Amino acid sequence: MEQENTTSWWRKAIQSGVIGGIIAILAGLIGMIESFHARDIIAGRISMGETLLLLIVIGFAYSSSRNEQLPISTRVTSGVITGVVTSLMIVLFLMLGAAVNLRSIFVNASPALYKILTLEIANTSLAYIAIIVIGAVVSLAASLVHAATPFWKRIISSGFAIVLLLALLQDLIRISLTPFPFITSVLSWMFGRRGQEGLSILGAIVVFLIVAGAIYNDAKNGAARRARREALPEAAKRTRRWVNWGLLGLFLLIWPQIAGPVLSDVTNSVGLYILMGLGLNIVVGYAGLLDLGYVAFYALGAFTMGVLTTTGGEIFFDVRWTFWEALPFAVIVAVLAGIMLGIPVLKIRGDYLAIITLGFGEIIRIMFLSDFLKPYFGGSFGIVSIASPTIGGIVLDSPQTLYYVILAACFVALFVAHRLRDSRIGRAWKAIREDEDVAQAMGINLTATKLLAFATGAAFGGLSGAIFAAKLSTVYPHSFTLITSINVLALIIVGGMGSLPGVIVGGLLLAGLPELLREFSEYRLLIFGILLIVMMLNKPEGFVPEAVHKREFHEDENLSHAAGG
Amino acid sequence: MANILTTETVTKRFGGLTAVNTLSIEIPEKSIYSVIGPNGAGKTTFFNCITGFYKPEEGEIVFNGRSILGLSSDQINHRGISRTYQNIRLFSNLTAIENLLVGQHPLMKATLFGPIFGTAATKREEKAALEESLRLLNFIGLAKKGDLLARNLPYGDQRRLEIGRALASKPKMLLLDEPTAGMNPNETEEMTKFIRHLRDELGITILLIEHDMRVVMGISEKITVLDYGEKIAEGTPKDIQGNQRVIEAYLGRGTAGQVNH
Repeated sequence: MEQENTTSWWRKAIQSGVIGGIIAILAGLIGMIESFHARDIIAGRISMGETLLLLIVIGFAYSSSRNEQLPISTRVTSGVITGVVTSLMIVLFLMLGAAVNLRSIFVNASPALYKILTLEIANTSLAYIAIIVIGAVVSLAASLVHAATPFWKRIISSGFAIVLLLALLQDLIRISLTPFPFITSVLSWMFGRRGQEGLSILGAIVVFLIVAGAIYNDAKNGAARRARREALPEAAKRTRRWVNWGLLGLFLLIWPQIAGPVLSDVTNSVGLYILMGLGLNIVVGYAGLLDLGYVAFYALGAFTMGVLTTTGGEIFFDVRWTFWEALPFAVIVAVLAGIMLGIPVLKIRGDYLAIITLGFGEIIRIMFLSDFLKPYFGGSFGIVSIASPTIGGIVLDSPQTLYYVILAACFVALFVAHRLRDSRIGRAWKAIREDEDVAQAMGINLTATKLLAFATGAAFGGLSGAIFAAKLSTVYPHSFTLITSINVLALIIVGGMGSLPGVIVGGLLLAGLPELLREFSEYRLLIFGILLIVMMLNKPEGFVPEAVHKREFHEDENLSHAAGG
Repeated sequence: MANILTTETVTKRFGGLTAVNTLSIEIPEKSIYSVIGPNGAGKTTFFNCITGFYKPEEGEIVFNGRSILGLSSDQINHRGISRTYQNIRLFSNLTAIENLLVGQHPLMKATLFGPIFGTAATKREEKAALEESLRLLNFIGLAKKGDLLARNLPYGDQRRLEIGRALASKPKMLLLDEPTAGMNPNETEEMTKFIRHLRDELGITILLIEHDMRVVMGISEKITVLDYGEKIAEGTPKDIQGNQRVIEAYLGRGTAGQVNH
């Protein structure tokens, strides 16, 4: 028995090492490492491609040393074995590449890739040794983390995560700092020199130390501080809350001025995704009705806006309404479509519902694409010259001005979703999500409740689509493919089903990051897929899980809250 | 006393299997009435017929003077019948209070716009519902556990919370499907008291499915015994205890003979 145990951890360590190696090689063969190499994490030192390789080694070493039943020394050894095996696999791949021309099969097995993998060391045997040494050192470090207390684990993992995030977002930070030349010059040491990307070495170290310090401080004094805050009188607490919200509001209001047109446009895309996410969250997150055709409502909103406001004169309807006149109709059309979709699927549950809604999404797209309806919707050419919103004579046609329309829409949607969550109807939705039959036996009318969920969700989708049409001033059926529905669903899952902050976090992550990392867009779906699998395995409740609403102990506060706001 | 629920020749078939066969019972108002029988006798199917989850092929079900046959289960709940389940079916990711609030759904009025605009009527309603939930929480002995997720409650508490949820809609009649299943003798004793209390204090008619004979004989005023979907006996606990067919149904013909000797 003992014998079996010892051999099994050996075998497992080597196994994960082999898998890690295969993944690292695959990442190279699909061109990921090479294209990631174009961007630096630590300016001039470590590229994103190298970081990816390191992360693969770290990840596999860490998980191979996770078995808590083994003594710590065995776990560390197991991690190091995994790391060394992964590096060995890379070395084997390099040897193979040197002997055989892999490029005739794998286009991406280019000299550039070999150069990255050999760390740009000319002497091959020296390079191989260096790879294995790095693999061993990194995996040793990764598995030693297990020996640390949870507190240190948190410091190390958050520190690295934030350094990585800042390095990825350094574009965003630098652009948003341009209006403040003073701050830019003060912080210049943090980033690479002009023309370089990523953080400087000093910047990375300082950021890491700041994060570590903050966590350390929180662990030391956080509880006391929270207790102090808790002890404040109710009025002071309320003022504090208002001040916080006010600061956030102010920041949101001046954001487009800081961000400039390009980042504002990115923000707008994120905003539209968040808007859709809030809508789908009602259908999927609250009511548990898996809808894979959500893009249909987005498309209907966009096309309604297009048809009613276009000044192109190429389609049958030529009413030339303004944005604001058309907006309610866009929402109403989406709501009606939501009800129309809802009625036939009332009795259908789970997977079957997903398939039917998926079909619905495609039907709507193909309808807009069809030649038969071309005089009305423009077929594959779509609709052009769609009106932009105007406020008091000012045309909101730039990203920086349209931002405010999207912000307002998001705010309204957030408010509605928040208010509904803990209302009679919101609870009915959640009851249906938990157990449909019991919900009905408790007196909940399934037809009305489900249709309300579909209709409310569709309204947000239609709103988002209408603004999308005005944002681009053109709509094409090709903008409304299944992948949009899947993106929105993914952002809800990653953020946390049924959680409103989760939708925002998910939107920033899944709609924002890809926009900022445009040059890697071909790997977008791959990364999404990996992210979803990792999330489902490790954190199925999402980054910001749905909060449990406490009522009993804060009864008085809640009641005054309900009465006052 | 008037009958609150009468069923006439109710029959439910699944393919070739007749789960409930021409079952007629009369349940007097404010009584505690038990349906017993061996496993697979059709007790739960009968419950499902009354609550509208199944539609019987034949027969008639009259509640409070009006037919409820063919109504959906939410409509039947609105008429005043509420139930619990053999295998507890709480809304497990909602808190205890939220479960009780959902229970009050049929008594509340708010739809979309009341909560969105925060109208005075909606706020009043929410406040009253929350107060009622806290009161119910106390009543079922779960005070201070209201903010726990239903799935995190101990087994006995879950049973009681399920009854609380059923009570939240202020039913005239409560259908309890094996309320003491899986309980130890002490808990069973408590639950029995609680059920009697429900009838005595709240005047609710109780229809009970139960396997624990001590519970059944202890609190029922009338009992119907089912076997293979058919009524084989009916009467007071005393009648049932001495009934030869009942003993046979439970223990088998041969054994029953030995017991008698």
